[in-house]
Amino acid sequence: MTVQKVALTLGPVFFHWSPARLADFYRRIGDEAPIDRVHVGEVVCGKRMPFSDPAWPDIIERLERAGKEVVISTLAAPATVRERRSVDDLSTDERLIEINDITALPSRAGRPFVTGPFLNVYNEAAAQFLIDRGARSICPPVELSLAAIGHMAQACQEADFEVFAFGRLPLAISGRCYHARHHGLHKDSCQFTCEKDPDGLAVDTLDDQEFLAINGVQTLSNQVQAFLPVPGELTACGVRRLRLSPQTADMVEVARTYRALLDGREDPQSARFLLSCLELPGVMVDGYAYGKPGWEATTSAPGWTQLRQERT
Amino acid sequence: MRSKRIELVCPAGTPATLRAAVQAGADAVYCGFRDETNARNFPGLNFSTEEMAEGVRFAHAHGSKVLVAINTFGRVGSVDLWRKAADAAVGCGADAIIAADIAVLDHVARNHKQIRLHLSVQAAAATPESIGFYAETFGVRRVVLPRVLTIHEVATLNRAIHVETEAFVFGGLCVMTEGRCYLSSYATGKSPNLHGVCSPPEMVSYEEDIDGTVARLSGFTIDQYSPGAPVGYPTLCKGRFKAGDKTSYLFEDPVSLNAGSMIAGLSAAGVTALKIEGRQRGKGYVTEVVRTFRRAVDAVEQGSDTIEIDRILAGQSEGGRQTTGAYRKSWR
Repeated sequence: MTVQKVALTLGPVFFHWSPARLADFYRRIGDEAPIDRVHVGEVVCGKRMPFSDPAWPDIIERLERAGKEVVISTLAAPATVRERRSVDDLSTDERLIEINDITALPSRAGRPFVTGPFLNVYNEAAAQFLIDRGARSICPPVELSLAAIGHMAQACQEADFEVFAFGRLPLAISGRCYHARHHGLHKDSCQFTCEKDPDGLAVDTLDDQEFLAINGVQTLSNQVQAFLPVPGELTACGVRRLRLSPQTADMVEVARTYRALLDGREDPQSARFLLSCLELPGVMVDGYAYGKPGWEATTSAPGWTQLRQERT
Repeated sequence: MRSKRIELVCPAGTPATLRAAVQAGADAVYCGFRDETNARNFPGLNFSTEEMAEGVRFAHAHGSKVLVAINTFGRVGSVDLWRKAADAAVGCGADAIIAADIAVLDHVARNHKQIRLHLSVQAAAATPESIGFYAETFGVRRVVLPRVLTIHEVATLNRAIHVETEAFVFGGLCVMTEGRCYLSSYATGKSPNLHGVCSPPEMVSYEEDIDGTVARLSGFTIDQYSPGAPVGYPTLCKGRFKAGDKTSYLFEDPVSLNAGSMIAGLSAAGVTALKIEGRQRGKGYVTEVVRTFRRAVDAVEQGSDTIEIDRILAGQSEGGRQTTGAYRKSWR
């Protein structure tokens, strides 16, 4: 068996960033970030698409010229005719697309795609079903542990399994817009207040504990997932990709840190320190990876082998 | 136009509530096995295989159907537990299996072509493309609609699909798209998709002092109550939080769904069945709610006016606050 290098994927931007911000962001990613695959496109809210849609062709061209593999992400909860049409249109793209709702599957089945964390792939049977229809990479829901993802990866070796490693965790999607509700508005006349919060709006408990963040119809964790595996932990369980989810913090530095970690140039402790020097929107957590509540931070996480022994 | 009568689908958390629901006029009851394969995996609830078979016999003898919910997502390495639950439901003579996981749907479609498959709300299928996929791939006959659609969208959707739809009318209300919410596991480690529980009771604590009561979930404060005020259950998405400079019930007020006033509208929108949430509820509650909705549905079908329907439903507010949820556009 050849030992594969674990690849880095940049997930789609969840937040309502302006076209100029998106262009600047992806220019730096293309020029400077040691990232293999880059997702583009709107996944959270179809109402934002008229703003960002015109920006994508140039962004994609530039990323591809920089040697990145570009994946077109599709909406997590398409509902309107226009949203459904957009999913359908994107499904015909020659590039890989990311399916985040079953809506995209009928028009894409038979051609290669990846599945994002909004699609419920919880076990090897569901994964194999999707692989048989064209899934090449699977990024399972964030609540699944590394042990569970590893089990799927070993049962379904044709696909790359990808762990959501960095960024605020996407925890829920709704028909209701919480930014609109927060500002006394309704979704249908929302005034795009979500654009004021490029990392999401922090949601604290009544006694000021940091807890969640809202981003339009999406709810995220306030805390930042920072899954920093020990060397060999990923290859031992067959995980081939880590996903970094864009925040306003310096994602080039985040990517460099993860690349250094995966290449054995930094250990998890020093990688955690390097990340803590960036302006992260919340404290670092990694509980989900180890089968614990997502908000927990395991400072000395047990390795994969030990986890596997505990489970069997 | 529709000609069949509206089907009233009622919760049965235990054999006793199954009998109560059937006797109160349920056209169908839904229930689950006593394990993590169903989305109401609470202590003291649900059915053994023998109880399920007995429940089916009782329901059938009284002209009601039994729909078995196997609607969590199979755990890696243990999907056979979910497949065996489906086999057991068929063996018990159930009228339909309600499932969300592709692994479960695929197993039933391949091995039990004779049983009806209903797509659980946990699959959150809300578009013609998505519903079409489940119908064509697995032979799904009915889709339980996610609680995010307006009544107008339900009508539009029904015109675009070729399977039955079932819509929630009463009980607990998820404000997040069902099956796409990990808030509970983020706070507690237990989730609807994986464990069949949301905001589980063993993670709840109440702390009382002179300022009143604080309700916490896994240590996170979900709400506070002044001294003497009625204390609610800390369901995560119905909590009070701070965002920006505001403190509010950011996601949803502590309300439950009551779309009783919309029975006629949902029927006109092409909905085949109306669903009452509440498998965790007791016999008395189920009897009362089912009896009331039976009368309301019958009155709607006999063409009674809204005043009469409202009068029938008037007793169902329980003092708690209610909403018609996403069925009205302004909810969004």
